[in-house]
Amino acid sequence: MTRRGRLVLFLAAAAVVAVLLVAAFLGLPQFGGSHHPYGDRAVRAAFAHHTANAVAAVNFDQRAFDTLGEESILFAAVLGAMVLLRQTTGERRRPPRRARVSPPIRRLGMVMLPVALLVGLYVVAHGQITPGGGFQGGVVVATALHLLYVAADYGALERIRPLSPYEIGDAAGEAAYVVTGISTVLAGSAFLTNVLPLGTFGTLTSGGTVVLLNAAVGMEVACGVVVLLASFLDQAVEIEAPPGNNGAGPAEAAGGGGNA
Amino acid sequence: MTDALIVVALLLVAVTATAAVLNREPLRQALVLSFLGLALALLFAFVQAPDVSLSQLAVGSAVTPLMIVLTVRKVRGGSGNDARKEEER
Repeated sequence: MTRRGRLVLFLAAAAVVAVLLVAAFLGLPQFGGSHHPYGDRAVRAAFAHHTANAVAAVNFDQRAFDTLGEESILFAAVLGAMVLLRQTTGERRRPPRRARVSPPIRRLGMVMLPVALLVGLYVVAHGQITPGGGFQGGVVVATALHLLYVAADYGALERIRPLSPYEIGDAAGEAAYVVTGISTVLAGSAFLTNVLPLGTFGTLTSGGTVVLLNAAVGMEVACGVVVLLASFLDQAVEIEAPPGNNGAGPAEAAGGGGNA
Repeated sequence: MTDALIVVALLLVAVTATAAVLNREPLRQALVLSFLGLALALLFAFVQAPDVSLSQLAVGSAVTPLMIVLTVRKVRGGSGNDARKEEER
């Protein structure tokens, strides 16, 4: 196809998409309105299952199967990153150098680390009643641990972060979600139906399976992000390319500044 | 009041997103990206989506820029002093 032909085809397709988009947007409810056909139904369903955080009810109850997909995407992505960033033949591992950190940053990091960790765990634990939940809290927990890298150095981070428990946690979080789903089938309902006692509205144990699924996602995300960042950190800080090949490949010519 | 905040956040997103695209230096881009993440988190908070705002704050303004910074450091193979500084933000 000629350049001109491609352009004509693109413009025609773009015009069709534009018309459809405008038509769809005209049919949307007004921006910032207080009623929304889907929102109203979702909130009603959330309240029926004693889940105060309607978003958590959508994620872990009404559309729990979608969330299984999302969790699996993260799981697969972390797995892929680990495989790609593993230590290959010829690469050697050198112990990370001790870094000198200015005292104010060290102090700030040491104060913020427990606070950030606690906030993350709080956000995970209260997923069914307040905004947040397993995903958000999990990422906060994982990033909180890395304050140790900022406040001290990589050696310190590695000491409190032996990787294998986090790898197991990542897999266990993913598995717990599927096992919960299978249990609901064994209990005689559809996959991931909310079959547990719903509890008292607004308490930590309310929401039935939402609590379990939220915790499973929290564990998977926290461990997954730790493992993911560890793969990147290992490559950046510890793993050295074999002599004669600094591992940068063609990018080195473009980026410049290689140490050969 | 809320409308004004939303407009400010939208403008901030537009400015930081454009800056991220126009910036050609990966390290600086990572920095701008983290500001974009912050602006988006503010926007989501103002339109009453605190759940999304929290994820955006953690992933968009911390984890993603950190991964970019670490990748740049590895690719350049240097001592990585600059990478270290960027990350301390």
